[in-house]
Amino acid sequence: MSNTFLGMPSLPVFGTGNLFEREPFPEFAHRELQDGQLRANLGHATRTIRQKRLSVVAELPDWEALRSAGSAIKESVMARLPELLEEFEANFTARGGTIHWARDGNEANEIVSSLIKATGETEVVKVKSMATQEIGLNEFLDEQGISAFETDLAELIVQLDHDKPSHILVPAIHKNRTQVRDIFLREMEDVDPELSNKPAELAAAARGHLRRKFLSAKVAVSGANFALADTGTLAVVESEGNGRMCLTLPETLITVMGIEKLLPSWQDLEVFMQLLPRSSTGERMNPYTSLWTGVAENDGPQNVHLVLMDNGRSAALADLHGRSALHCIRCSACVNVCPVYERTGGHAYGSTYPGPIGAILSPLLTGITAEENNSLPYASSLCGACYDACPVKINIPEILVHLRGEDVDSKRGTAKIPTQIDIGMKAASWALSSGKNLGLVEKTLPLGRLVAGSDKKITQLPGIAAGWTQSRDLPAPPKKSFRQWWNKEHQPPQKDADNPKPGQGADS
Amino acid sequence: MSAREEVLGRIRSALRDAPEAPQVPRDYRTTSARNEEELIEQLVERLEDYKATAHVLTLEQVPAHLAKLLAGQGRYAVPQGLNAAFFADLDTDDEDGARRIVDGVPSWLTAEQLDAVDAVVTGSAVAIAETGTIILNAGADQGRRIITLVPDRHICLIKSKDIVGILPEALPRLDAALPQTWISGPSATSDIELERVEGVHGPRTLDVVIVRP
Repeated sequence: MSNTFLGMPSLPVFGTGNLFEREPFPEFAHRELQDGQLRANLGHATRTIRQKRLSVVAELPDWEALRSAGSAIKESVMARLPELLEEFEANFTARGGTIHWARDGNEANEIVSSLIKATGETEVVKVKSMATQEIGLNEFLDEQGISAFETDLAELIVQLDHDKPSHILVPAIHKNRTQVRDIFLREMEDVDPELSNKPAELAAAARGHLRRKFLSAKVAVSGANFALADTGTLAVVESEGNGRMCLTLPETLITVMGIEKLLPSWQDLEVFMQLLPRSSTGERMNPYTSLWTGVAENDGPQNVHLVLMDNGRSAALADLHGRSALHCIRCSACVNVCPVYERTGGHAYGSTYPGPIGAILSPLLTGITAEENNSLPYASSLCGACYDACPVKINIPEILVHLRGEDVDSKRGTAKIPTQIDIGMKAASWALSSGKNLGLVEKTLPLGRLVAGSDKKITQLPGIAAGWTQSRDLPAPPKKSFRQWWNKEHQPPQKDADNPKPGQGADS
Repeated sequence: MSAREEVLGRIRSALRDAPEAPQVPRDYRTTSARNEEELIEQLVERLEDYKATAHVLTLEQVPAHLAKLLAGQGRYAVPQGLNAAFFADLDTDDEDGARRIVDGVPSWLTAEQLDAVDAVVTGSAVAIAETGTIILNAGADQGRRIITLVPDRHICLIKSKDIVGILPEALPRLDAALPQTWISGPSATSDIELERVEGVHGPRTLDVVIVRP
């Protein structure tokens, strides 16, 4: 109600694009878990990257200080977002760049498409970008008769295989070298039929495949890792040089960036360019970082655009308990340490953003009630490994719990018949409201022992509790409850020990 | 309402609780205690870790060493502002004198022309020892971004006085208004099974020549 004063738009306005679960996470995950090859590929890759990250992080004596600085910088970006966006816009524009604002993914797609059409080109080269994956830009351009060529090796693999990315940093992490070789042999024209599965040879094949494209491309589309408000500078962090090719050779460069990617000052790069490479690829520094401020005379694209996109970010910002998810710098350290991700892979999350960060970011951008995104906050054991690994200290487990609460609240009172959870919660509320009630419940323990039988295991619980026993047994309950045992062991000292007062032992 | 106004309005609505921007604790290292010899040693070690080749020379040794590095190679590109004296030994060796192609007024090289050269030789703005990073900042001896991108080999000169220990020491030496390329080793990828392999789209060979006075 008070959101509408001063003509302010009412919130939340949620995002569009590839941010949705089309089926609940548990169902998708259950299917993915049958794939032994997938689990082997993911296990191998995430183990490798975890080791690398740990060793380069251990080299820095001030890692925790950098994390604290990174977290505080991002928190201040969110607090000052409108003024910082305006400052960035003024500086970027002053140096010859053009800024476009997009309320959502559809509008961003329209803007990019019309900018490309204005050049008369029908082909663009692309640098790997989460923002353009999020809004489904390639598919949109395809409908408009524009072919977008992914140039990052992993994106290329995914695009050639007509597959979907499954990881923030390494979208083809679910494929091993032999599978990549087979995709290249099947989909790449003029590839050497003797191509082996050695990563170096596969990388060389990608180089050969894309070389002509780079040298003749007139338009490139990129994302951005950082935007520095006080200088109007954009940064792209990469490894292969495909980013440099796209950012340097074409005449027109169109960058799509979420509004949360800002940093207040040039100096802040000293924090984030230490945090990001070590957290993502486990390197002291990534091979290439490109920085540009508007247009540079005679150097690189002379027609430079930036699309600043909301697409649900303002909605996430409006969630006081969830807004810190916007601090994310897309390093994927949380993905690589997550025991759930390691087993299910990224496709089970449905959204462009998989893993722990995806489980909070996707529902924050779309709203918890959108499609099946309410299942995402449950895709976690709340072990907290993601929080420890996060370079900007996003408390992912806390936000997961908050979103579970949102999910439950959103369903409250909507069902006519109480659900099993409603009944269970009511029963628990009664049982736990007094010692007397709990004592009554504890009296049913022998019943559980009876069900467990001689092997002392309960192998199948009824109703929704069956989920618990689906992959493990429940041990038989003990003969007596803790409280019963305590009362027996801790009889109050009495002078006349031979004549205990009846009823004083057990609290019932 | 324009998209700009609407997006900014939504953000202001989202910040209805008027959160305060926290003080940023900058308790991380901002200087390193290494002397010049230690910096050179660390830079060399880190570059070699990336499979780059490092050469430590005095100024007088540069022309002969460049001649050696470029022996057997075809044409090579240089930015207009790079000290021509570095190529003294090459000029005497050069039979046709056409091996060296200069990028600058009046002839800016195209991507196709650069694709046909074997190497590029440039200077650099600053190097960071701890991370093995060389930074180009569009200086006259560094040239346009394209010239260090398309050729398959980059020979990069760095003066020993331009080596700093850690990233926070490098940033104040750079001009954010001009394009920058931070280079840490030859192009590489970890996209297949997260195993790093060198040599994708950028230069596949990186030689760093560290020059003492």
